[in-house]
Amino acid sequence: MRDWLLLLLLALACSLLPLAGDNYVLRLGTIVAMYAVLAQSWNFIGGLAGYPSFATAAFFGLGAYTSAVLLSYGAPTGLAWTAAGGMACLFAALIGGAILHLKGHYFAIASLAVGEVLREVVNTTPDLTGGGMGMNLPVPKLSVAAAAQTFYFSMLALAALTTAAAIIVQRSRLGFGLRCIQQNEDAANILGVNAYGYKTAAFCLSAVFAGMAGAIYASWVHYIEPPDVFDILLAVKPLVMVLLGGIGTVFGPIIGAFLLIAFEELVWRSFLTIHAAMLGGIIVVLVLFMPNGLLALVRSGLARLRPAGPKP
Amino acid sequence: MDAPKLSVTQLQAGYGDVQVLWDVTLDVKPGEMVCIVGSNGAGKTTLMRAISALVPVSAGRIAVDGADLTGATPARMVAAGVAHVPEGRRLFGAMSVRDNLLMGAYLRPDKAGIAEDLEKVYALFPRLAERQKQDAGTLSGGEQQMCAVGRGLMARPSLLMIDELSLGLAPRMVDLLADGLRRVNAEGVAVLLVEQDVMNALELADRAFVLDRGRVTLSGPAAALADDPAIREAYMGGLAG
Repeated sequence: MRDWLLLLLLALACSLLPLAGDNYVLRLGTIVAMYAVLAQSWNFIGGLAGYPSFATAAFFGLGAYTSAVLLSYGAPTGLAWTAAGGMACLFAALIGGAILHLKGHYFAIASLAVGEVLREVVNTTPDLTGGGMGMNLPVPKLSVAAAAQTFYFSMLALAALTTAAAIIVQRSRLGFGLRCIQQNEDAANILGVNAYGYKTAAFCLSAVFAGMAGAIYASWVHYIEPPDVFDILLAVKPLVMVLLGGIGTVFGPIIGAFLLIAFEELVWRSFLTIHAAMLGGIIVVLVLFMPNGLLALVRSGLARLRPAGPKP
Repeated sequence: MDAPKLSVTQLQAGYGDVQVLWDVTLDVKPGEMVCIVGSNGAGKTTLMRAISALVPVSAGRIAVDGADLTGATPARMVAAGVAHVPEGRRLFGAMSVRDNLLMGAYLRPDKAGIAEDLEKVYALFPRLAERQKQDAGTLSGGEQQMCAVGRGLMARPSLLMIDELSLGLAPRMVDLLADGLRRVNAEGVAVLLVEQDVMNALELADRAFVLDRGRVTLSGPAAALADDPAIREAYMGGLAG
């Protein structure tokens, strides 16, 4: 109940943003919402099931291209965005069958390869996707301000939807089973948890919303090309955001997305030449000093502030 | 005569090209306590994992209550009443003792029965009740084994398979666990026990099978095997012969 209330308040607060800011702020808000979707998506497979996936970029790019191709054939926008999610989900189910038996680093490498393969596939099918030339998308007949608001609210709604899914999954049998798989897959199997089915479900959940985010992104920027939508940073940043906010939690990914983008805007842009090193620095600090993320840090701080209760 | 609780017939299993089990045949009758003894690498753990469908079976047959379950899924074996307490305990370290126990009942829909069985496990091992809110990873080795056995019992099995009950535990803990196991068995749950402490195992069990390099080399009433000079020679260092 508390989670739902928090989600509602957060969504309401965020939908007030257009009143406060100009198009620059809206653009930033759209990016934060987009990364919140990606971080939340990664949390299903990486946070709950404990499988360090780098396939987020693959799902994002696949969604972007699926939607772009459909739109170029005249499909309505809503249908194209939904189909992008469906396509990413289907793809995750297929590819999951091939790589989800791998564990740890092996799974990470295999999932990293998925996006690279898709990028090459797009490069070699210029008739359908424009190949390396990229693809132009229809520009909506809206004023600049109206378009900025439309895409902000679309991305925000998707972030809310993804978070709602996260709340439902975390309390479900699936979430419980995934946490068991993360801690000890062998034991989960022994107790009758269908580990393979659950992992595939988590992988699909990590794909469907990322695919839709890619679709909305493509419509938003009007032009996509393989290096842009299959960018490895689209897989790395969500992971860092989840670690930053709190792995395996409902709101950690959102907090992480907000903080990392804020950090990017405030600090990175002053260090353009070494911004990759800055990201590396953040990862090192995260791993060394707060492996459970900010939420855990805040919680343990609160626990320390409270008067000591009776010993259990 | 009743169908055996578990019957394994000419089982062959292994990992990839490495075959571990060769024509293993054994059975456990309802309510019986049976132990499997053998040296390291004899295939005891593989046999248990094959019965639980965690290791693929290449030939042979596994039946529970007369129904053929060869090639079933692990979940199917649990549903058929076979619970497995794995070697090394395999608890969910970051979850509370209570949640670990409840995970044992993962496939059961009957909430009332689950609550009842939780109380039974706490009555069997009061130490678990004291520590129910603690993370399982913070328990001592013996307490972890209690938790693992309790988790197995939460599936309300008719056959409990335990892989290494006493390995690495303090003698007092072994006594507590053995005592608990006897009580579980007295309530009609059949037990298949793998145990490195041969003396302890033969004392607990009704019947025993000796596994050597993937083959059953001897079997019979536990008391008779305990007196067998060959067994005493091989596993008890020929002491007190």
